[in-house]
Amino acid sequence: MIKLTKDPIQVDEVINSVYDDGAGAVDVFIGSVRNKTEKKKVVKLIFEAYEKMAISEMEKIAKKTMEKWPVCKLSIVHRIGTLNLGELPVVIAVSTPHRSDAFAACRFIIDTLKETVPIWKKEIFEDGEVWVAAHP
Amino acid sequence: MELQVIMFGIARDIVGDSKLKLELDEGASVGALKKHLIDGYPEMGRLKSISFAVNTEYVDDNYQLSDKEEIIIIPPVSGG
Repeated sequence: MIKLTKDPIQVDEVINSVYDDGAGAVDVFIGSVRNKTEKKKVVKLIFEAYEKMAISEMEKIAKKTMEKWPVCKLSIVHRIGTLNLGELPVVIAVSTPHRSDAFAACRFIIDTLKETVPIWKKEIFEDGEVWVAAHP
Repeated sequence: MELQVIMFGIARDIVGDSKLKLELDEGASVGALKKHLIDGYPEMGRLKSISFAVNTEYVDDNYQLSDKEEIIIIPPVSGG
């Protein structure tokens, strides 16, 4: 399952989508909205995506992951729109025969997503806002 | 040729619109487009990076643009 959604991500649904008879391990990464950045209090986050390219870049990550590790199944779901504290911007699940591959593959997916997928995050503070990572 | 580029995130905020029309030489490269943008919007030059995509694929500075393609400016991404 690879998708963007405006609705809250159903974590169970993402995890259930990767269960497989050949899998001995399921690894899950859940991103959540944190209440501060450095010392500034975050009120909410706004995510936007260039949707059709975000999907195709996530599909490329999935393909690369399957080339590098013996993946049974994987899912990547990213939320877009306005998220409040504690809500979940991203959920990734990977199943593999053995746990070390599941950990490594899951980490590769989130690390690569943060580098290549055209999704942008704006942090809204009590007294302003900033596009995350835009400036050096 | 007249190009229309589509912008997201901070690039859209800098330009003040999600679409920008600009005039470049026939067959101009992505590098030329980047220079044109930074000349017109110096704030773009202060970003950590500016990437470009054509028809949903990343393209490098040497890529030759055409007015028939969908050109997207991709400021530093921050998903996850």
